[in-house]
Amino acid sequence: MRGLRKKVSGLLVLAIAGSSLLTGCHGSRGMTAFEIPEAFDTTKEYEITFWAKNDTNKTQTRIYEKAIEDFEALYPNVTVNLRLYTDYGKIYNDVITNISTNTTPNVCITYPDHIATYLTGTNTVVPLDELFADEKYGLAGSELRFDAPAQEQIQPSFLSECAFDGHYYAIPFMRSTEACYINKTYVEALGYTVPEVLTWDFVWEVSEAAMAKDAEDNFLVNGQKVMIPFIYKSTDNMMIQMLKQRNAGYSTEAGEIQIFNETTQELLYTIAEHAKTKAFSTFKISSYPANFLNAGQCIFAVDSTAGATWMGSDAPLIDISEEKLVEFETEVRLIPQFDPERPRMISQGPSVCIFNKADSQEVLASWLFAQYLLTNEVQIAYSQTEGYVPVTIKAQESAEYQDYLARAGEDNELYYDIKLKAAQLLLDNTENTFVTPVFNGSASLRDAAGQMIENVTKSVRRKEEVNAEYMEKLFDNVTSLYRLDQLESGGVAVGEKADLGELPQTAVVLLASLAGVWILILAYLLHGLMKKRKANQKTNH
Amino acid sequence: MKKFKALLLSFAMVLALTGCGSKENNDNAADVKTESDDSNAADVKSEGVMTHAEYIAAAVDTEVVIEAYVQAKQSWWKDSTSGKEQATVYAQDKDGAYFLYNMECSEADYKKLTEGTKIKVTGHKAEWSGEVEIVDATFEIMEGNYVAKALDVTDLLGKDDLVKHQNEFVSFKGMTVAPSKDADGNEVAYLYKWDGSGQEGDDLYFNVSVNDQVYNFTVESYLCGSDTDVYKAVKNLKVGDTVDMEGFLYWYEGANPHITSVTVK
Repeated sequence: MRGLRKKVSGLLVLAIAGSSLLTGCHGSRGMTAFEIPEAFDTTKEYEITFWAKNDTNKTQTRIYEKAIEDFEALYPNVTVNLRLYTDYGKIYNDVITNISTNTTPNVCITYPDHIATYLTGTNTVVPLDELFADEKYGLAGSELRFDAPAQEQIQPSFLSECAFDGHYYAIPFMRSTEACYINKTYVEALGYTVPEVLTWDFVWEVSEAAMAKDAEDNFLVNGQKVMIPFIYKSTDNMMIQMLKQRNAGYSTEAGEIQIFNETTQELLYTIAEHAKTKAFSTFKISSYPANFLNAGQCIFAVDSTAGATWMGSDAPLIDISEEKLVEFETEVRLIPQFDPERPRMISQGPSVCIFNKADSQEVLASWLFAQYLLTNEVQIAYSQTEGYVPVTIKAQESAEYQDYLARAGEDNELYYDIKLKAAQLLLDNTENTFVTPVFNGSASLRDAAGQMIENVTKSVRRKEEVNAEYMEKLFDNVTSLYRLDQLESGGVAVGEKADLGELPQTAVVLLASLAGVWILILAYLLHGLMKKRKANQKTNH
Repeated sequence: MKKFKALLLSFAMVLALTGCGSKENNDNAADVKTESDDSNAADVKSEGVMTHAEYIAAAVDTEVVIEAYVQAKQSWWKDSTSGKEQATVYAQDKDGAYFLYNMECSEADYKKLTEGTKIKVTGHKAEWSGEVEIVDATFEIMEGNYVAKALDVTDLLGKDDLVKHQNEFVSFKGMTVAPSKDADGNEVAYLYKWDGSGQEGDDLYFNVSVNDQVYNFTVESYLCGSDTDVYKAVKNLKVGDTVDMEGFLYWYEGANPHITSVTVK
């Protein structure tokens, strides 16, 4: 039962602003830049923390635990403490809170968008360029006690996602993309054939066809009262990928916001049209696409390839009761495309960054552990837990991984065919993937992209009219809500100090009182000076 | 003048220290029911406010206006990118319950939402995986107070009528703790997260049975965190224990009670 909608409960905006205030109060000027020690000191004990993310999947937890155990056996002087999260947002919030108190984890699973914010602190995140190249402890270095990949053995496009502002700040850990999980039985019952590459037009057309009902208000295609033919899990990704496929603006590398354009409006009108008939809905509005798909209440479910084990009648993980489960044939395809000849899809998945510490040996220990996560043992084992793909060519080309791929469908657990097909989609389309530019504020822009889809979908369901006036207001509201106007004017390229928004009330009071005190002190001095002058004048007279 | 200057500097220092040490209160800890109220006074609605029956009859996606009394606060949070402040609250009137999901709420107002506080809520009815709720809501605090007694729904478990009490403060009596399987296949009394993949601080899942039927209950960590009595009590449960429980009848693809107290008999 994974269904409880968790929301990060932090105070991120205040935490960021608060961190700068605290830094000021304590006179800290950030960390000293990390320098690679000559040699790793194996005579001293090091305890490092690893904040990891899993998909509420016990196998993933066990893989992390085994990786730690194996690493500690190789480096007995290093202890790794694992802290698990199931939400990237929560990790982000906790890191931000801990930056201000210098209590960041040593190694942390993260998204590049988040690192962009972490970089607003001085030397907070360790740049990895020199570590990569270090002869002894770098990638495949001579002093490593394990078989690590060389830099060229990391999938170049995945590695490049971890570089911004001219430096590498992370290493990729796992990669996934989104896929469309299809109830092929229903598509064919409606008189269609699932094409090799789905188009948006095809998905909309079949979805509308599935809305036909009988006299008792049951949907003809499934005989049930419920049918949402097309459900999208991440509307952020939906908008981002649609814009990319249409070659329309989203943002520049430098952080200029381009999303408020005519193509966006056009896409939103189309989405609204199908949301109005209720042929389309979203995770936030309805629930997990997998639950509807498996209950025979959805035909096109778009979710991450890292969610493949939940998809289909025979899925190893099912979140609905047996009575609700419906038998159907599942098919997996790339997300819908505008141009099937030139498919585009997002590359996503966890990366790993290292936080700087006063002790460079501790940082080196962190780097060794992070690098250990790239070994074939960890890469292959973790990728098999979901529709993930190993990030190293070394793992992808290994006999063990090739054997795994070749055994798709042998069972409904490790070799669950939908999971393996989803992973294969990414392996076959790595060159068609893309990532969005990373800058301080890119996480807000991503949220805004999805919010526009959520808003139009909710609005038409609530019988509001979506027209030009609505669009203008929507763009204004989203700009203001996510402070995108401040990003544009602020110049927020990664590595620069950014405007962190309005000061919290306590800070305003503090600054106002300090200003007040200075005014009063000056007034007092001035008063004293004038008194002295008057006394002098009296004496002179 | 010296006194004035000293006073001024002291004032500034106090403020400065407040600024350095101030910690934003991320109060999402449990604020759950501790007692019941047997008030029988009539629950009169203001003009333009729906009765519970009208609310139940309203279609999903329509605007609803209700008046109810806060029974428990689940969480308050501020969106990390938009800055929106939101609260999730269980509320109830004398006829039924309401789940107020991510209602617009400042941190200061959240503190005012103590148990029994009457509020008028305007939002839209929604349904998420079977959970009927009010979303995109705003509220105002009204005069009045009511704390609901827990309704014993043990006999309704597994029956269609249970859903009529969705989100209500309910109790379950004389149930037996049934085993769950941990990651190694061992039989245990509870799991961190549904499959045992979590750790301390995460939701607790445990099985309880009555009349030979097993049901899965949850200690929702936002509603009742690891420092609460119920969280600790569930961690001390043993398979075979007979327990009485209270909690809120949350729904996720079926009944998924969020327990706020447990007593081993």
